[in-house]
Order: sequence, then C-alpha cells, then structure tokens
Amino acid sequence: MIKTVIKKGAYFDSVSLMQVAKRLNTMEGVLDSAVVMATRENKGIIKASGLLTPEVEAAGDSDLAIAVSAKTPAAAEAAFKAADELLNKKPAQSAGASDRKAAGLDDAIKMLDGANLAVISVAGRFAGPLAAECLEKNMNVMLFSDNVPLETELALKKAAQKKGLLVMGPDCGTAIINGAPIAFANAVSRGNIGVVAASGTGLQEVTVLISNEGAGISQAIGTGGRDVKLDIGAITLIQGLKMLAADPATEVILIVSKPPHEAVLKKILAEVKKIKKPVVAVLLGGEIKDKVKPDFYAAKTLEEAAYKAVCLGKGREIAKAREIIYDTNLKAAELAKKEAARKKKSRCLRGLFSGGTFVSEAQVILPELVGELRSNAPLDKKYKLANSLELSGHAVIDLGEDEFTVGRPHPMIDFSLRNKMIVSEARKPEVSVLLLDVVLGYGANLKPLEDITPAITEAFIRNRELSIVASVTGTETDPQVRSKVVKGLEAAGVLVMPSNAAACRLAGAIIKLGSRK
Amino acid sequence: MKLFESELKVVNIGLESFRQGLTDAGVKSVQAQFKPPLSGETALFARAAKNAAKIEAANKKALAKVLEAKPALVGMGRAIDVVPGMKKDLILHAGPPITWARMCGPMRGAVIGALIYEGLAKDAKAAEKLAASGRIKYEPCHEHNCVGPMAGIVSASMPVFIVKNQAAGNYAYATQNEGLGKVLRYGAYGPEVIERLKWMENTLYPALKAAIESLGSIDLKSMVAQALHMGDEVHNRNRAGTSLFYRAIAPAVIKTCPEPKTAAAVLDFINGNDHFFLNLSMALSKASLDAARGVKGSSMLVVMARNGTDFGVQLSGTGGLWFTGPAPVPDALYFPGYSKADANPDIGDSAITETNGLGGFAIAAAPAIVQFVGGNAADAVNYTLAMYEITCGESNIYKIPYLNFRGTPTGIDVIKVAKSGILPFIDTGVAHKDPGVGQVGAGVLSAPPEPFAKAFEHFARTLK
Repeated sequence: MIKTVIKKGAYFDSVSLMQVAKRLNTMEGVLDSAVVMATRENKGIIKASGLLTPEVEAAGDSDLAIAVSAKTPAAAEAAFKAADELLNKKPAQSAGASDRKAAGLDDAIKMLDGANLAVISVAGRFAGPLAAECLEKNMNVMLFSDNVPLETELALKKAAQKKGLLVMGPDCGTAIINGAPIAFANAVSRGNIGVVAASGTGLQEVTVLISNEGAGISQAIGTGGRDVKLDIGAITLIQGLKMLAADPATEVILIVSKPPHEAVLKKILAEVKKIKKPVVAVLLGGEIKDKVKPDFYAAKTLEEAAYKAVCLGKGREIAKAREIIYDTNLKAAELAKKEAARKKKSRCLRGLFSGGTFVSEAQVILPELVGELRSNAPLDKKYKLANSLELSGHAVIDLGEDEFTVGRPHPMIDFSLRNKMIVSEARKPEVSVLLLDVVLGYGANLKPLEDITPAITEAFIRNRELSIVASVTGTETDPQVRSKVVKGLEAAGVLVMPSNAAACRLAGAIIKLGSRK
Repeated sequence: MKLFESELKVVNIGLESFRQGLTDAGVKSVQAQFKPPLSGETALFARAAKNAAKIEAANKKALAKVLEAKPALVGMGRAIDVVPGMKKDLILHAGPPITWARMCGPMRGAVIGALIYEGLAKDAKAAEKLAASGRIKYEPCHEHNCVGPMAGIVSASMPVFIVKNQAAGNYAYATQNEGLGKVLRYGAYGPEVIERLKWMENTLYPALKAAIESLGSIDLKSMVAQALHMGDEVHNRNRAGTSLFYRAIAPAVIKTCPEPKTAAAVLDFINGNDHFFLNLSMALSKASLDAARGVKGSSMLVVMARNGTDFGVQLSGTGGLWFTGPAPVPDALYFPGYSKADANPDIGDSAITETNGLGGFAIAAAPAIVQFVGGNAADAVNYTLAMYEITCGESNIYKIPYLNFRGTPTGIDVIKVAKSGILPFIDTGVAHKDPGVGQVGAGVLSAPPEPFAKAFEHFARTLK
C-alpha cells in the first residue's frame, strides 16, 4: 500500500530530505519512500518508483510530499511520524541568540562583520540569484550547487572578475582557503603548494597526497568542472593562478583538470608562462606537449603531479618524485604476486568509484596493464559502457554520475548502492579484482568502516579468490582518521594503497600476472 | 589578493554540515537560513531591483508617517455617530471583504449576535435569514477606519473608542473588549452574550466616555512603549497594557461616575479582562498605519487582516486594493479538550499590531508567553530578529529591553518578504470553527505566502 502526506509550503533542502528518506527506508514494514519537494522534476523521478500518487501529482513546487510504500497502514503511519520528527529535529545544543541562524543574507552579514566567503549549497535554480547577491555584497562565492545554467555561471564569473572576487563552482565540491576545509575537503597540513583544480576529487587526492608526504597546502581553489569549457574560458582557473602567483605563501603551483578545450588550454598556458614560480599541471586524459617554460612540469596522474609538487616545494630534485612512486610499486609488485598466486586465473577487473576523477585516472593507468577498459564516464567515447548496471570485461564506473545520484545522496556519503554492487559483482565468477576508493574528510561519510565492512565480508564469502584493492583519500587529522580506516579495511582483507594511482597499478598487476596462467 | 590576506569569515547557505570543517579549523561562520522566493517571476525581482532607490525613498516616507504618529485615546461614541460611512443596515467585519456565503462559522455567529443585539432579529433563526437575505451589507472594518479582533463585528449601536493620530489628524475606531469565554467576537450569540453587550453599552460605555472626557486624552503610544518593557507584545499579552490603562483611567472613573457601585463594576470589568487593552493597541496601530496610506511607489504594508476564510494585505502604494489568499490554521496550544481539528482558520484584524511592529514582531519583549513559540526564550528572540529582514526600519519608540533597547522591526516591505521568503510572524488567538463555542487556543503562525506573492507581483508590474 502507498500512503501520501502533503505539507503545503514547507521547504527543505534536498539533502535533508534524502537523509530522511534514507532513514524511512530502514524502518520495519517500509518498502520504499520518497520525501521530496513536489517539483516537476522530482515528480518525474519518483514516477519510476511507483510513488507518484494523485496527491503528489496535485502538489506544487513549494509543497513537501512524503509518499511511503508500506506493508501495513501502521508502518506507513510510523514512517510519517518519523519523517515529522526528523524534519523538525532541532540541533542538540539550544540555539541561543549567540549561535542562532541568520534569517537571511543581510542578517548574516550583520552577525558576521567582514564576511568574505559565501558557501552556497541550495537547489540549483535558486543558487544563481543568491550567488549574484553575495557578489554584490562583496563576498567571494563557493557554489556547491549544481544544475546552475551555463549562462548564469558565465555572468557570475564575469561580475566577480570585475570586482576582484572569486566564484568557485558551480558544482564545486571542495576547496581549502586559508587552511580551512570548505565543503568536501580534507584536513591537510599548511604549506607552500597552491592548487587550482577543475575537479573535486582531484583536488582532494592531490592535497591529501601532498600532506601525507610531509608537505603542505597554501590554498586550494576549486573552479567547477565547466570552468575549462570554451563557454567559460577558464575565468576562475586563471583568476586562481593570478591569486596564487601573487600570494607570498605559495611557492609552487599545481593545476588539476580534465583536458580543457584547446583554445582554453592555450589561454591557461599563456597565463602559466607569466608566473615566476614553478608550475605542475595534470590534465587527466590529456597531454601538454608545449614546454611552456623551464620550470613547468606536466604530469600524467594525480599521484605524479602531487609528488612532483612535493619535490619542488621541498627544494628536492624533481626526479625524486619517481622514487616515491617506485617505492610503492615495489610493495605493489610483491602483493600482486601473492594475490595472483591465490587464483586459478585472473579474469575481470571492476572498479566501483565514488570519485569521478579517480575513474579518469584509472583509465589513464589501467589500459597499459589490462587492455581494453570500459566505463560509464569514458575518456574516449569508444569505451562507453552500454549499460552502467551490467558490467562486462574490465570496467570502471563512476557512481557519482547523475544516473546513480538522482534522488540519492552522493556515494561518498551514502555507501548503500556501492555496497550492493560490491556484493553483486563479487558473486560473478569472472570477477577477480574489485577496485575501490574510500574518500574521507569533511562532508564525506563519517562512519566509512562501519558502512563498508559488511559488504566486503560478504564479497569475500561469495568469491573466495577475489582481491579487493582500495585507496583511502584522507589524512590523520580528518574526522574519520586515515590510519583507523586503513587498519579496518586491511583487517577485512582489503589491500590498501596510498593513492588511487597506486591502487590502480596494483589491481592492474594482479590481473596481468594472473591472466598469464 | 584580499581573500588570502584577510581572516576567512564564512556565510554558509544550505547544508549545515559544511560548518563542521570550518569550526574545527577555527574559522568563524554563520549559517544563513534559505527560503525560496515567493514568486517565480524573476523578471519582476529584477525590475524591483532596478527601482530600488525610488522604492526605498517612498518606503522611508511611509515609515516616517508611522513612526511620527501620535495616537491618543480622545473619546468614545456610538459607531453610527462617529464611524465614517456607518449605517443601520451595515455590519463591519474583520479582514478583507467577504460575502455571507463565504463567512466562516465564528463570523456568522457574530453577525447573528449583532443582528439580535441591534433588535433587527428576535432570535438566531430570524437573524440567519436576515443575514443571508441581502438586506444587510457587509464591509471590512478597515475600509471604515475601524479594527476589530477575531470576527471583528461592529454594528450601528456599538460604542467605540475614538483614537486620534495627533500628528496626521486621522482617526481610528475599535469596540470595547468583551473579555474571554462566550463572547461575540468568537461567534457566540447566546442570551448572556447579548446581555453583556447591552451592559457594555449602557454602563461601561457612559462611564468610560465621561472618564476619558475628564482626562482630555490618553497617550496610547507611550503606554505601549511602557507595556513592551513590562513583558507585553500587546497582541497575545496585554496584561501590562491593561494595568497601565487601568491606572490611568481609574481615578477619572471614580471621579466622574455618579454611583460608586457603577464605578466599581466598571473597574472590576477592566481589571478582570487581561485583554482589555488589545482593542486599544489595535486602534493605535490602525491610526498609525492609516497615516502611511497612499505614498506613491511605496511597497510597505498598511494592513494585514483575516476574516477566518481569507488573509488579506494592503500596501501603501496600491490604494484600496486587497491582495488575498486562504487563511491558514494557526499552530497553537489548545485548551484542554480541543485540538487543531476544532480550530477555525486565522481570523481578526489584530494582525494590525504586527503590521505596526508589535505583536509577533515584538515577541522578544514578551518572554512570559514564549510557550507559544516552543517554550524557548531564544526562539522568541530569533523570531523578532528574523522580522528585521523584511521590514523597512525600526521603531523609534517601541523598544525591546533584551535586544539592548533596539526598536521593534517596523513597516513590512512586501518586496523583502517576496524575495527572502520570510513571512510575517503573527501572534493570535484561535476560534472554534463552530459559532458560539468561543476561543479554543492561542498560538502563532506565519502569514500565508499567497497574498504577499500577489501583492508583490502586482506592485512590481506597475514599475517601469
């Protein structure tokens, strides 16, 4: 039975609502639930699940719709009650007037004299005007929200540029400003390396690798993935480069991006040429043939880029970067041998990723080792998976793609979908290696071990010859504490590597060695 | 550039969990609440923004009229003699215009009671027939310089207070408050209700009229200012206001009343009704806001009022137009034996107090009634603070001790409401949906979005 409750004029942000839906779905007797603002898009989304009741259909944009498919009326009622409680839950500490919520932007600015950064994560259709207002009030903007129209992005970035302000995003998941982690970011050491990144996971990975290698980050600016498209022309990326070039605390600059449009790349490199500091750049899946300037260093992977920056930052020879990688490779080679020996024959590799940039990096590293590699987010369209849910051959998938995240929290927060896939892939006899990323830090799942371990245990029971390889993107000072997570995963039988690149190489090596049998 | 060299201070709008990383890094941050704008017509917001300077100037002028107002109680009279446009076959009611057919239970009950009280019908059945016959006209109190709590019914013979705005010279009128229990304003019309109204007409009214005349006038504005310092917000709590009024009027009543027994009965009645001052705080608000009507280009509200079916607003710059939407049922604390299912949608002209920066807008001054807002004094403070986001300015007279004597948020700007999605916060009593039952609870509510969206869109469309 399906029951519906409509709450007129009750606005909640979608993440809060999804968290409520997630909780309802774990309740006894609840088969499925939808807790959404009754917008046209959301109605379309829940139609597929059969929860689009006439009441939901009749509700409007500003109405909250709760639809529950339950075994009994009592279970549905219990779910509605729970939803009410969750939505109206007050923060634990009594919200005294000193730590109250600001009623609006003006109020917030009055409360926080000299506010200079607005972090915006409201629904995309409201984010643009809100960002424009923040710029008007002389605040820099980090726009976490996605679904902001391209022309809005351009207008915002141009307006910001005029005022000497920065618009990070839209769809910017992470940044580190003046040492503070913003949104999905890790607690890294401060240092002399400045990062500009058009990729969220890429920024997290390089800052973590740099910090774990004993160097540190001065600033890390996110630009949002569309910044390097022709329409935007890397406005934010170039602004970021100028800011880092002028910043006395930044001695080395690191650029992380997917391959920009050709004309945009030219613009970026022209800017790099002007910078009197060493610059490292990684364009995952792309190449910079131009020498640009004597102290410019191109890298193929996030790992290589991070370690090159570390060497430059510490005044070591750039060649030392290779040595760091070489050391991890030694360890990987040994592990690969052992793992391959456990199997009759190694067959397919399946990468299940929560970070999109890791999927790109995997495609840079793995084909050399395993051959043809398919993906739902391929660097080359030729290798596009026909069906993201039916993996065949060697495949790496990005679970953060829209096809998986509609109506669900991001896979870095909510592991449930990937957990299901870990088990279902493990059951397939042709699967020999699972490759995973576990991203820690602020914003990410706070109990990663608790959430992932049951799936891993189950996977090993289903497939005794299986190898599971993972990287853990995080630091000791992250709320989840990297070493605890690594230890827990290792105890569960997972082979944990220091970087995604190293994990890819290990996974690839197991396949390569095992397939010769 | 500047960002790297200054202390990072973050305004977080959206996911609250993003503040954790900032807090751990020792960065100061503030969570700003976000609500979607009331209107989806972004072009109209752009138009309002383009005209911002002009609108602001107009609103400043309108607000000045409110702040400069000097409302004083100057006398009493019968509605038929003093209320402009009052007629024998006319009944004034709370809120925006409404027909008998659409009136809610309590308002119908109050109309029935008024017709019996006026001697136009001998019983309820006859009154109902007459009320529906078309021979009785219904018009909003607000269109006759009047205000009435709950049903807000004013008929020809009812005595009214006369409040004069001594700054602008305009007048406002309100009936005498009947007290709690079975009363006309909640739709009761039994014999005891009519009897009380008759006593108020024949005993209370002459005594108070003589007393006020002997005093000349009573300054209501300073009385409200003092009441705020004594824990009233003069909408749901009028204990201090009533006490102050009692202190002012008592000697004059004793002096002018021919019989001590009558004087005692009159003073007992006032003393026994904590809400006696409500009708005066409403008339004071009405006299102040009417002075701000007709300022060209002003988006400031001069009326918020409900008739138990619709919620209506009027703007200074849009003449006599009403913008309406369905009145919501208040979120209330109910008297034992009653629940939300018994409640009538919001009703009464008393939201004129909020329009004037009092009531819900001044709830930070009234910690004694915070059980209506969740029992937490901080919540009450937050409600008042939120109202500064949607108002044109602050009161120069009505001040809140807890906020270091900051003036109350005054002069609701419909543009700010539409843009921020923050709706005016109103204190209210709750009537039973059936006539004659009376009050079943008290509480608070946010004004419904529709009237504000309509008013904003209409206003913005008239801009160039």
